[in-house]
This record gives sequence, C-alpha cells and structure tokens, in this order.
Amino acid sequence: MSTVDRLSVLKTYKLFVGGKFPRSESGRVYEVTDSKGNWLANAPLSSRKDARDAVVAARKAFGAWSGATAYNRGQILYRVAEMLEGRRDQFTAEVADAEGLSKAKAAAQVDAAIDRWVWYAGWTDKVAQIVGGANPVAGPFFNVSSPEPTGVVAVLAPQESSFLGLVSVIAPVIATGNTAVVIASERAPLPALSLGEVLATSDLPGGVVNLLSGRTAELAVPLAAHQDVNAVDLAGADAELARELEIGAADNLKRVFRPRSVDFSAEPGTDRLTAFLETKTVWHPTGSLGAGGSSY
Amino acid sequence: MADVTASEGTLRRFLHGLPGVDPVGLEARAATLGTRSIKTTAKAYAIDLAISMIDLTTLEGADTPGKVRALCGKALNPDPTDRGTPRTAAVCVYPDMVATAVEAVQGSDVKVASVATAFPAGRAALPVKLADTKDAVAAGAHEIDMVIDRGAFLSGRYLEVFEEIKAVKEVCGNARLKVIFETGELSTYDNIRRASWIGMLAGADFIKTSTGKVAVNATPANTLLMLEAVRDFRELTGVQVGVKPAGGIRTTKDAIKFLVLVNETVGEDWLDNHWFRFGASSLLNDLLMQRQKLSTGRYSGPDYVTVD
Amino acid sequence: MAFEYAPAPESRSVVEIASSYGLFIDGEFREASDGKVFKSVSPSSEEVLSEVAQASAEDVDAAVKAARKAFEKWSTLPGSERAKYLFRIARIIQERSRELAVLETLDNGKPIRETRDADLPLVAAHFFYYAGWADKLSYAGFGPNPRPLGVAGQVIPWNFPLLMLAWKIAPALAAGNTVVLKPAETTPLSALFFADICRQAGLPKGVVNILTGDGSTGAALVAHEGIDKVAFTGSTAVGKQIARTVAGTDKKLTLELGGKGANIVFDDAPIDQAVEGIVNGIFFNQGQVCCAGSRLLVQESIQDELLDALKRRMSTLRVGDPLDKNTDIGAINSAEQLARITALADSGEAEGAERWAPACELPSHGYWFAPTLFTGVTQAHRIAREEIFGPVLSVLTFRTPAEAVAKANNSQYGLSAGIWTEKGSRMLAVADKLRAGVVWANTFNKFDPTSPFGGYKESGFGREGGRHGLEAYLAPSSPEGERK
Repeated sequence: MSTVDRLSVLKTYKLFVGGKFPRSESGRVYEVTDSKGNWLANAPLSSRKDARDAVVAARKAFGAWSGATAYNRGQILYRVAEMLEGRRDQFTAEVADAEGLSKAKAAAQVDAAIDRWVWYAGWTDKVAQIVGGANPVAGPFFNVSSPEPTGVVAVLAPQESSFLGLVSVIAPVIATGNTAVVIASERAPLPALSLGEVLATSDLPGGVVNLLSGRTAELAVPLAAHQDVNAVDLAGADAELARELEIGAADNLKRVFRPRSVDFSAEPGTDRLTAFLETKTVWHPTGSLGAGGSSY
Repeated sequence: MADVTASEGTLRRFLHGLPGVDPVGLEARAATLGTRSIKTTAKAYAIDLAISMIDLTTLEGADTPGKVRALCGKALNPDPTDRGTPRTAAVCVYPDMVATAVEAVQGSDVKVASVATAFPAGRAALPVKLADTKDAVAAGAHEIDMVIDRGAFLSGRYLEVFEEIKAVKEVCGNARLKVIFETGELSTYDNIRRASWIGMLAGADFIKTSTGKVAVNATPANTLLMLEAVRDFRELTGVQVGVKPAGGIRTTKDAIKFLVLVNETVGEDWLDNHWFRFGASSLLNDLLMQRQKLSTGRYSGPDYVTVD
Repeated sequence: MAFEYAPAPESRSVVEIASSYGLFIDGEFREASDGKVFKSVSPSSEEVLSEVAQASAEDVDAAVKAARKAFEKWSTLPGSERAKYLFRIARIIQERSRELAVLETLDNGKPIRETRDADLPLVAAHFFYYAGWADKLSYAGFGPNPRPLGVAGQVIPWNFPLLMLAWKIAPALAAGNTVVLKPAETTPLSALFFADICRQAGLPKGVVNILTGDGSTGAALVAHEGIDKVAFTGSTAVGKQIARTVAGTDKKLTLELGGKGANIVFDDAPIDQAVEGIVNGIFFNQGQVCCAGSRLLVQESIQDELLDALKRRMSTLRVGDPLDKNTDIGAINSAEQLARITALADSGEAEGAERWAPACELPSHGYWFAPTLFTGVTQAHRIAREEIFGPVLSVLTFRTPAEAVAKANNSQYGLSAGIWTEKGSRMLAVADKLRAGVVWANTFNKFDPTSPFGGYKESGFGREGGRHGLEAYLAPSSPEGERK
C-alpha cells in the first residue's frame, strides 16, 4: 500500500477569554514563526478591546474563584496538571518549535511546567498558614491576619520561556484566588494559546485565566492603566516598558511585581505566590467569662 | 409595658431581645471615664455630693443597737469638726435593727434603709421574704433593699423573679424599694441588663448592684450598664429609677469615678441622692479626709475622722 | 450641667522646647545648607513653638550619605546588638513619655488623654516589639538569612507624628537598615526629640537621620538615587506621585494612604458599645485618622434609635484645650486642614445632606471644628466618597448584609471597616467579604505592634506592624535573582 503524505489539519489558534475561545475583536492576526523563521501559525493580534473584555471576564470570575475553598482550588490546579500530562507531546512539539529546542530539552521544559502546576496545586491550602496567623495583641482581643487575593492581575508572561515561564507566572496568581489576564510571549504565543484549551477542560471556571496574544506593549499599556485591574506582573516587560507600565499602574496604585532575571527551572520560592495577596487583619473582643460565685 | 410581663414567654422574649452587651467595650468605656481628672471646685462638689449619697451601712451578724446608734450618729454628723458637712442619705441595717435606727435618726432627713427578703442569699420562701419586708416596714424603714432570687433568674424563671419583686413592692407601702441583683452571681453583663429590666418593670425605685457579700460587688462597668438601663427605661416609659452601686467602693477616687459615670451617662437628673446612692461604710471617712484636705490644704489622717 | 469639671491642665513645664532646631544628620544637629527655616505652631493656640530647619536637596544628599555610611556597620552588627539599641530606645521613650505626650499635644493639637493613653504607650510598645525581632529575622519566614535593603527614605504624616515615626523606624532598624526620616511640616518637634533619644541611647551616628521640611524635602528624599526603600504614610494623591517617582527603580515601596472606612451597624449590635465605637471611630484624633470610620452604615430598622443615642453621646464630647486631661476633642492640626474639612462639610450641606452638631463652644484662637454628623447621605455625595480627615461622620443606611457589604466596598479605598453585630457567623461572613486591610468587629481604632496594618486598593500596599511589617525592610527571599 503506497503512502501519500497526508496533509495535516492546522489548528486555528484563538484567544481564551471568559472560558470561551474568541478571535480578536479586531479581526487581525499576526504571523508566528519558529526559531528559524518558518511559519507556524497565525495568532490573534489582540486589541485593547480584547484586553478590556478579558478584564471584565476576570472581574466576573473573581468572586466565585476567590470564594472557592482553597482545597477546591488545589483540586482544580491539580486537574490542570493531569490534563497537561495527557497533552505532553503536543506541548513538547510546540515548545521545541517556539524556543528552538531539541525534543528532549523541550520535553524537560514541559515536564517541569507540569510539575510546577502540581507544586502550586499543593500551595493553595497552605499559603494562609505560612503568611497568616493569630497576633498576640496586648488586650482582650482575638486578632487574626489572613491573606486574601488582590483581585484581577495583569500578567505579562516571560518573552523567552514560552511555556515553563508562562506556567510559572500564571499558577501562583490563581493558586491564591486571583484571576488573571495574561499576555502571552509576543514571539512565541502558541503554547500559551494551547494552554487555554487545557484550562478549558480542567474544571477551571471561565474567566479565571484569560489568555491574549499580540503585541505586549500595545496590550500592557491599557491594562496597566485599567482602573479595574488590581495588580500587574511585569515579567515579560523590558526595563523601558516596565518603567512606563509602573508609572501607569500608579494611577490606581496597582501592586507591581517588577521584572527580575529568573531561572524558571529552579524551585520558585514564595515571592510570586505572596506578591498578589493582601493581608486582612480582623479584631474581635474576647471578653471574659464574667465573675461568678459567692462566698456565703 | 404590661404585655411584656403577661407571661413567662413574653417576658423571656423581651429580655432576650434587649441589645447585647459587649463586655470589652463596656469596660473600656467605664475605664475611659475613670480617667477624668476631677480637680479643685469640681472635686469639692463631688465629695459633698458623694457624702450625701451614701447609704451608710452595717450588715453584720455582730450588729448591736449600740453599733447601729453609733452608725446613725456618724450619718447625722459625719465630721464633728465641720458641721457644714452634708449628712449621708441613709443608714442601712438589718430588719431587726430598723427600730433602733429610726429612733436614732428621728427628726433628720437621714433615711433608714433595711435589707430584707432573706438578705443576702435570698434563699427563703416568698411568705418568709414578705414577712421579713413587712417587719422592716412596720419598724419604720423608709427604704427596703431586697435581693432577687438569683437561682430563679439563672434557671430562666424570669417571671418568678418579676412576680416576687412585685409582691415585695406591694408590701413596701410608702417605702422605696431597692432591688439588689447580686451582679457578681449573675456573672454576665447580659444577665445584669436583663435583671435591670425585670427590676424596673416590677416597680423598683432603685436598682442596686450587690449585697457587698460576694467577691465582685459594684464595679464601674456594671454600674455603667445599670445607668444605661435606667436611662433607656425612662426614655421608654417616662419613669425614672435610681441606681445604687454597693460594695467595694472605698476611696474618694473611686466614688468620683462613679459620679463621672452618672454625669456622662444619665446626667444631672440623677446627680442627687434621691436617684443615686453608694452602699458603703469605709468610703465615708476617706471622703471626709479628702474634704478636710481641700479645706485646710493639709493631708488628713485617720485620727482626724471618727471611727464608729 | 451641675457637675462641671474644673480645668485640669497637664503641666507644660515638663517639656522644654528650644527656640530653634536644626536637621539631625550623622548624629549631629546642623542648620539647613541654605539656612532656611520655618515655624511650627501649636494648632490650639496658634502660638509659635519653635523654628526648625527646612532641609534642602543638598541636606537630603548629606543625610542619605550619612545613612549609607552608617549602613555598612549597622547592617553587619549582630542582630542581638541592634536589638539592645532598640530596647534602649523603647525604655527611654517610656521614661520620657510624659514629656513627649505634652510635646505631641502642643505640636499636633490632639488631646493629652490620647497622647498619654494611646500614642506614647504604642510608640514604646512598637520599639519593644521590633527590638525583639532584630536577632530573630531568620525565623520570620523570609528565608534563612534575610538581608536588609540599605537606606530607607521615610516620610510620615502629622496625625500621629511620633507613632508613625515608630512604625517606620523600629522595623527598619531591626532589619538592619538605616533611615532618613522626614516628619510632617506641621509636626516636626517629636521627631527632633526622638533624635535626642537616639543620642541618649548611644545609637551610632547616621543610623537615624531626621530631616524637617515641607513637601519639597519629601520629594527630594524619595527621588534620591542613594535610597533603597521608600516608606510613606499620607495622602493617596502624594502616594501615587511617589509610586510614579520610584517606577523603574529598584526602590522597594510601601504606602499607607487614605481611607473612607465603613462602620457597619447591624440591628442586633450591642448598641451602647456600637455608639462608643462610632464615636471612637470618627472622633478619635479629631477624625484625622486614615482608618477612621467616616462612613456609618446603619441598618435602616434601627436608624432612629441609633442616631438618637449617637447624638446624645456626641453632646457629651468635651471639645477644647488639648492639654486639659478631660478634653475629648482637640484642635485640627492646621489652618489648611481646617479649610479642607470646612469645604467638604459645606459640600455635604450643598449636596442636600442634613448637618447636625452638638452645641459646643469652640475656642477663639486656633483651628477648631465641632464634631459633626451628616444624615441623609447617599453614596453619590462627596462626603460619602472623599476622605475628609476630620471629625465629620456621614450616615448611610442599608437593608441587608449583602447591601451593607456592597456599599462598604464601593470605594476607591480599602483600609479599614467596622462591623457591629452579636451574631458570630454574620460577623465572620461580613469580615470575609470586606475589601479592607483592617476589620474591627465590635470594636474600632485598636492598634497593636503585633497586628499588621495597611490597605487594599488605593489605601496603599505593604503592611506595618507584626511579622508582616518586617517584609517591607528585607530583600526578597526567593532564589529568583535580582532585577533584570
């Protein structure tokens, strides 16, 4: 039987917003190539309006996601890891193309990314215990501090590490109950857009993670200035853009996580996990049992 | 308010519907008022007012007519070196000493108050309590300091407590009735507020903290709470009820703190011995020593006040 | 009133204020490089208390350099030694607390009752608390060997001058940083007395530098390239400006800014204590408190009862001489602040809210504003949205817990909130939903060095107090590298 080269079915990459897969409202796409310049796909070129829609979706999802039990969030994050494991080969291929890595090296990146989801899945119900607690105030009061998610976080995914880096900046944000609007690596957005497909089938409520592809600077500026965004992770910004965004973020005093050089293969520590948390301290009188008894 | 006391159920629902008391907040407010600095003319006013509000008390198994007569002498003439010193409001004695006391204060405005209703425990049958009260009234007591049945209160038989106070009030005749809750035994502020309302609804002329016979007697906080209760009761019914903290108030400084509580909680309508009393004994001499200090500029000493 | 309290003034003689003060740089007082000075007046009398130096950019530079130089030794000193310096400071503050309380009351205008019973005890407690951290940083949860940042530039407000200084300096020094602190223009004196306490404690020179001056001094400080950390407490507008200034730098930033705290009273509240809490929430420190409970949200079913009780209570507030031990409400800190309060209160009337204040006689000199209540306020009114920073309470109503939470959270701010209910589950449910950094349930305006304090949203970021407060003064702990 002779074999004819089968023409593969190409995937149309779409955004992931509010649990759905829309095209950019702009109707525009841009060409994504591999490290050698070969065409891979056309990715949506998101507009500011797409960014705005993503913020609306993230805000809408925030109440239920932040209000879910930490255990439940952990279960869902672990489910993401399970789903990723099943698509390991697909992501390996995408990462190899995107970053010009050998299949083995790309597979190592994907494995590390899956393991990172598992790591963060285990954090959801522990972070409150390491950063919160009772405070021994000098008075008849019960006083307890607990971490709460900041809200909607705009995440500029790392430009270089298209998948491990991406996972390393999304997972800590949502593990603690925030919702995210993520700008994928501008040059290598395909692993991020594929991640949307995984998230959509992992019990993650729509809107918790919203993925946009396009020009980082073009999308980040309105997000940094958006009054309904509470924080911004500038991982994917260069120094000049980071400064501009930080100035924009000051308008409503967003929490800003400045870019740092990061070795994504190392265990992350808790800085990113705690960067998008607020500490709420609640006081309540304790009083006494009252005086009692008689002496006659 | 009659419907409130129509049945055990209505009374319970009413009492449990009163706003709760947060102990920490209540005590903090009382403590803050305790930091008021009362000096010079204000202090002189407060000392004389406090003296005039004392129910000078002896409630001991060892009380004798001689002891009671001496107490009355002190009430009538607290400071022999200064006849301008106000008299105390009353003397407070056991029922069997009433006649002696009445005779001793005859012709003055000093009242005779008698504890009654099987003071201090109150553990006797109602007829005994009523007989106790009647004896005191018959002997000429102007005021009756009864104790409530804390056992009935703590087991939730509020109507029984109410009816008992009402019954005692009826046999008091013209004598004014002070109702002692023994706040130390009621233990919680919520209980004290509820007891205050039972007392006021039943016709108490005064509500009083304690017998002086338990570990915790009058405190700024429980007195503040009772002042709030009489304030609220007058607002609701138009009826003014007096307050008497008793037990544990020994110094001028303490007494002035209580007067500040009165002043800033219910105001001048209560700044009169018709509406506010101190149940105390040793307090008087401390007030007198402070009074001498104010007039002479020298600190006084125990040898310069009378011991009776 | 039959029982009138005679004046009970605290003695002024316990504090000796010099006629002029210099800048405290590198362990010594010196004049401003350009010789400029400004006056600090007592807001209750408009009396000039002293003349202090106006630090120039050159002085800022000198102070930062001194702090940088001192950092080398201070940061490498064993934590246990740093701890002992801080313990010394705490003790000296306790010893001199009466003097400092009177000074603070003179310079700020707040009642002596508050400086004596709240400010000063908290100041000493804060130094005690952080002293103990200095040699235990590796147990604080910020990694095995946490490092200080370097030189901290700190700018503090006038509402709690010495307490805000303590909140800034104690954790900074405990963590091994050195500081340049700028007190507020209208309340520079207690910080200068603190410089003297540093001298008495034998603190190495340059570890604490105090620069008096106006906003331009603060701006020069936060913009200075030689600092590694900016900590600011003050208005949201200035906080935003500072955030822009430090953008793109490595300076770590913490901001403690404005608020419009909702104090929510449910129908099952302990009413008498709630009234006290409302009064404490808005009239403590003349309402010049960032976490003030300036919006009263009362359940409609008990509105009348609560407002009657509140008005009755407000009528007993004693307004007047801050040095009188019986004064509850003192002077507004400055003419400028008084003008701001007056303008916002007038807008409340103009926008249709009903204004009420108890009859009270205000002194003829100084800056005064009677405790004031507005009813019929809606979320649309300026007095429901803008921080007044004065003794003005806006009363709004709600019908259900969900509505209360929605209204409480409907603000650009998120610093504080209060909840009054006797029902535990409701308290916890509401506390959980409030977007505020400090929630006081059945109490209000309580502070403690162990208790983290700071805001959500435009009330700022970072926490002061407690273990959390150390984070602001330590370098990131993660294995992730330095800034790109």
